[in-house]
Amino acid sequence: MTMHTLPRRLGLAVVTAVIVWFLSVRLDTFRDFQIAQVAVYVPAVAGLTVLTGLSGQISLGNGAFMAIGAYATALLLLHLNWPFVAALVASAAVTAVAGGIVGVAAARLRGPYLAGLTLLLGVALPSLAFAYQGVFGADQGLSVTFTTPAFLGATFPLTRWQAWVSTVVALVTLVLLANLCYSRIGRNWRAVRDDEVAAALDGVNVAVTRTLAFVVSAVCAGLAGSLLAIVTSLVAPGAYTITLSIALLTAAVIGGLGSLPGALWGSLLIVLLPTYVTDVATSHGLSSSVGSNIPIAAYGAVLILVMLAFPQGIQGGLRRLLTLFTGPDAKTRIPGDAPAPHVTPQADEAPASQTEKEGTS
Amino acid sequence: MVEFLQFTLSGIAFGMIYAAVALSLVLIWRGTRVLNFAQGGMAMFTTFVAIEVIYRTGSYWTGFVTALAAGLVLGVICQLTVIRPTMNKPPLNAVIVTIGLLILIEGLAGIFFGGQYRSFPTAFSQTGLRIGGTPLGVSRYDVFVAAAVLVVTLALAAAFRYTSAGLRMRAAAFNATIARLSGIRVARVLTVGWGLAGLLGALAGVLVSPSTFLYPNSMDTIFVYGFTAAVIGGLDSPLGAVVGGLLLGLALSYSGGYLHNGSNLVPVVALVILVVVLMVRPGGLFSATQVRRV
Amino acid sequence: MSSAAAGQDTSPALAVEDLVAGYGGVIALDRVSITAGTAAITAVLGANGAGKTTLLRAVSGMVRPRRGRVLLGGADLAGRSPEQMVRAGVAHVPEGQGVIPELTVEENLRVGMMSWPPRARRTERTAALDEAYGRFQPLADRRRKLAATLSGGERQMLVIARALLARPRVLLLDEPSLGLAPRVMAQVMDLVVQLSREHGLTIVLVEQNARSALAIADHGVVLNLGRVVASADAATLAADVALRHHYLGF
Repeated sequence: MTMHTLPRRLGLAVVTAVIVWFLSVRLDTFRDFQIAQVAVYVPAVAGLTVLTGLSGQISLGNGAFMAIGAYATALLLLHLNWPFVAALVASAAVTAVAGGIVGVAAARLRGPYLAGLTLLLGVALPSLAFAYQGVFGADQGLSVTFTTPAFLGATFPLTRWQAWVSTVVALVTLVLLANLCYSRIGRNWRAVRDDEVAAALDGVNVAVTRTLAFVVSAVCAGLAGSLLAIVTSLVAPGAYTITLSIALLTAAVIGGLGSLPGALWGSLLIVLLPTYVTDVATSHGLSSSVGSNIPIAAYGAVLILVMLAFPQGIQGGLRRLLTLFTGPDAKTRIPGDAPAPHVTPQADEAPASQTEKEGTS
Repeated sequence: MVEFLQFTLSGIAFGMIYAAVALSLVLIWRGTRVLNFAQGGMAMFTTFVAIEVIYRTGSYWTGFVTALAAGLVLGVICQLTVIRPTMNKPPLNAVIVTIGLLILIEGLAGIFFGGQYRSFPTAFSQTGLRIGGTPLGVSRYDVFVAAAVLVVTLALAAAFRYTSAGLRMRAAAFNATIARLSGIRVARVLTVGWGLAGLLGALAGVLVSPSTFLYPNSMDTIFVYGFTAAVIGGLDSPLGAVVGGLLLGLALSYSGGYLHNGSNLVPVVALVILVVVLMVRPGGLFSATQVRRV
Repeated sequence: MSSAAAGQDTSPALAVEDLVAGYGGVIALDRVSITAGTAAITAVLGANGAGKTTLLRAVSGMVRPRRGRVLLGGADLAGRSPEQMVRAGVAHVPEGQGVIPELTVEENLRVGMMSWPPRARRTERTAALDEAYGRFQPLADRRRKLAATLSGGERQMLVIARALLARPRVLLLDEPSLGLAPRVMAQVMDLVVQLSREHGLTIVLVEQNARSALAIADHGVVLNLGRVVASADAATLAADVALRHHYLGF
């Protein structure tokens, strides 16, 4: 089933919303919190998978954009008492500007050089929280108050409300992203990713296209940051380290680069896997230093194994499974179905073992 | 003036550490076009191995040499098991695999060696040297650090230049197809490259750990700055790695010392430097000039 | 110009049987069979996309054949890696990318000797280098210069000299005259003839310029869309006007 039309996308979003509503009502508070966590990551991972998978630009610093969104939301809620939706939109605008600045700086960079810039961005930006402690609250950060609205009644669990809000924002983001991906902008992204020179000759403004992709992915990350602020009720630099940026990237690639469903699989993985492994470790009564490190080691091992076994990510693996049953379908061209972005600069010789890659003669 | 000298010399010492990490990244990048995110983690792990050896034997130098050997072995093992399968797949896969490797190694370090901070011994005194009565701001140990990296770098450069094995590696890096057609076992050469990179990383780890203490995440920041140095210099240029490392070390030392709120702003300064360099030369300082696009 | 001169071994040095090879979903060679007589020059001709380069790659190991045999002196070596094939005596000079510009001339030549057994003495290698310099004077003049500074003709010379240093029995040349001025092209062709006549090297020559290739070849094979459409001695092919017009462009 293709997602080429808006009604189909909206339909899928509504169905998903209903499923989540159902789960949130039936499951306990902790599971609601996990639903909220997953929903928080989905926009950020989706924005990144579009940036890297569709427009071919790697970013190791989208955690910084999450931080911008989170701190902006926290400051607006704390100092100006804005309603959440207003704070959300305003934070998105601030993050968009930041994304634009980074996108312009990054427009000429390729592969590992872009990776280096975004990596340092992801490290440097959160350090500003320490540099300007008065505003940002240093280590302890800023606390965020977020309560259930009155009309839901006094006994409505906060976690369920958080899950609902996050899910709604996540689904709206996904639908909007899907619209973009199938629009002319999305086609321009893919054109620039596949062959810059050809795209430029075709009249595509490469710099603007690339910068726009950064803005979009930054906004998505900013939204995720705002959600994280209200879900964890705290905005502190410890949550926005380089580890976060890297987690986003791994989620995007493991889910399936360039694929929006992949963003969901990836988000599920980074939220559920560590919890699962920690549970297994503690249930075996392992000592704390060993026990707390086993989830880490396991997470790393899973990343490696999934990447080796499923080079196209989980979504790619699912698709292959599907074609086993239904046979290859030329019509199912999901945006993610494309050559992977080049981390290597353009004018490169092939790496060592690549001998069968040249064209015919 | 004395202060300036102190900042300069300590900047050089740290700069050489960044240069070592940068060199190991450049080595792997040139040969295999892979960004090895696990480089810092591998260095941390080999340094833990060193400290265990030092505890048991009481000898710093035994531990030092063991670390280097462990780095060589670890590099080879990683390339053979985990990196080789990614060679013909999308390039981003290798990046994720090295990230997974990093996380795995940090987790394993926590399991085997514990998570608490450990202090790492030095072979030379860390008290400041003086000329006449004025403190220089560096110790014998700092001098050792700079010298060790310099010696190893020059030895590697000479090996690349003047030995047959070095020619094999250069040929494989410049044109793997021609190399294979000439009989060079490029796959083997790549493995050796990873081994050497592991050795360089291990050196950086052992040299810097007395200053940073040793714990599973202790090499993360060093890696980030080493990577930045490599990018500044240009990922295909070993000379660029050294220059980038020194440049960065000096700049960070000065800003940490002179800027108000300097120590918190160090990453930001690094970012500014990187942005400035990449704006002017998108491929790093020592990159070949780009062909003008149509 | 027969490849079966009196007293000479008549079994082909190189034979390819029913070779199938391609890239991804595209079949570039469709059951191709070719023989290259010992010490003879075999020209492989045809339009772009006919499969000529793929043929050489399948022989030298750059591309793994999907089916068929590659017989070197009777032994089937299909599917071996390039490192193994060069040690078996097959040197391949690929089209276009030839020298390694970042290395010096001497270093490029030394790369050619990388297939020698490690036990080979330094004196042997030096002697081989000296012989190469003796034959190719311009290379001797520039031995310490970067290969990037060489002209087109000199680069081709370097590339062939390097291939010869691998001491091959069979030399695969892919478009050696590409991009060269006519006078230089003639020199390269003369060199190819010399290698075959005076040194007994079996040469498989892929050339777009069919006319000059047939002028020096003993035997010719014409490929079209991955299949062999003609195989005869060079004089016969050159005389077949219809064939020339249809497949060879002259």
